[in-house]
Amino acid sequence: MTAKAPDIRPVTASVGVGQAMKSVFLRDVRVAFRQRQDLLNPLLFFVMVVTLFPLGVSPEVSFLREAGAGILWVAALLSVLLSLDHLFRHDFDDGTLEQLVLQPQPLFLLVLAKTVAHWILTGLPLVVLTPVLGVMVQLPGNSIAVLCLTLLIGTPVLSLIGSIGAALTLGLRSAGVLLSLLIIPLYIPVLIFGTGTVAAASEGAPVGAYLALMGAFLVLAVTLAPFASAAALKISLSNS
Amino acid sequence: MSEPLLQAVNLECERDERTLFRNLSFSILPGTVTRVEGPNGSGKTTLLRILAGLNDAWTGELLWCGEPRHLRRESFLRNMLYLGHRPGIKPLLTPLENLRALTAGRYPMDDEVLIRALSGTGLEGFEHVPSRNLSAGQQRRVALARLLIADEPLWLLDEVFTAIDAQGVEAIEALLQQRADEGGAVVVTTHHDLDLPAMQRITLGEGDWDDS
Repeated sequence: MTAKAPDIRPVTASVGVGQAMKSVFLRDVRVAFRQRQDLLNPLLFFVMVVTLFPLGVSPEVSFLREAGAGILWVAALLSVLLSLDHLFRHDFDDGTLEQLVLQPQPLFLLVLAKTVAHWILTGLPLVVLTPVLGVMVQLPGNSIAVLCLTLLIGTPVLSLIGSIGAALTLGLRSAGVLLSLLIIPLYIPVLIFGTGTVAAASEGAPVGAYLALMGAFLVLAVTLAPFASAAALKISLSNS
Repeated sequence: MSEPLLQAVNLECERDERTLFRNLSFSILPGTVTRVEGPNGSGKTTLLRILAGLNDAWTGELLWCGEPRHLRRESFLRNMLYLGHRPGIKPLLTPLENLRALTAGRYPMDDEVLIRALSGTGLEGFEHVPSRNLSAGQQRRVALARLLIADEPLWLLDEVFTAIDAQGVEAIEALLQQRADEGGAVVVTTHHDLDLPAMQRITLGEGDWDDS
């Protein structure tokens, strides 16, 4: 083996954090596209729940108009929850998580990059599918637009909050149940405001204040959740 | 004698209500290879994870270049290379993609350099094959390719010879020696019969701690 002659004295310079985040993000996207059924799972779940509701409860237009936004929001929330366990699990099992934590970069920003990748791969496709399913549950066009907007603001919050739970339950063997128990209470405010916004829109009320509140959720989650996830990851790795 | 890169003072670690080691003190000097020895379950991997900063369940002091390690986290991480039991290789990515992802946060390299490192570990022609199609030994070699391009002075290597053939073992031994000769420091845990000249040994799982 021939090695490039390295400089052995301790160095202080390191790569910019932006580049490190980009690398983490691209790797996650690449891995996801090589394992497409994991990508399709939450989407299929979303479509199935929304399709089964009219069959199981009532196909009446009046009922669907009333409940449609709620059904879509709950289905989106559950399918994000379904995909959360994968966020760190594979990395934990194959050892890439250890290497991530040992990168000479602020860990919370690397975690943020991973969470953004998770949202683009699961949350965003749900938002894209929403107009189709909205038409299926007979929502008026105005409501569909507002629903898409709330999901666009709301699903990143779900991914961010979920990353804390996923990181905390990483070392456990039966993480699924605990993850749901931990995370669902934190999802409830987002759900209430998400569906509340659509309800207000369908009554013709202004939705600006609702959307501003949801935006506040998002800002809060972006600024705080990565810190909590990074700390939780360190604890989970320390106990493994 | 030059200043130690890493210094442990009175390390103590308990795991599952069992004391793995107590009053463990040693210095990792530049230019040395240190072997952590001990039977299975004596805490070799735990010690290495503590040194790397992956395990927080310990008391005592760890000094990096003479200062408490937690105060100089970024400098420590930038200058330390840790290879664990789990090689950190994604089965769905190719060796080249894996190596690129592992080095991107430290010192981005041209693909050309990475490919040369991979062929240096005997993976020529496998650069673009998904890593899950490789054997266990080949997957470890992907991780070991990092040793060929690493500029970190301190290497912490856990069971580095696992699943590596005789030729590979020889090459790795030469690499460890070379790193020490260049002024770096290496800490290894292994059951393999590693015997380099002037090797420091830390023996775990016995009554007293050897710190020669």
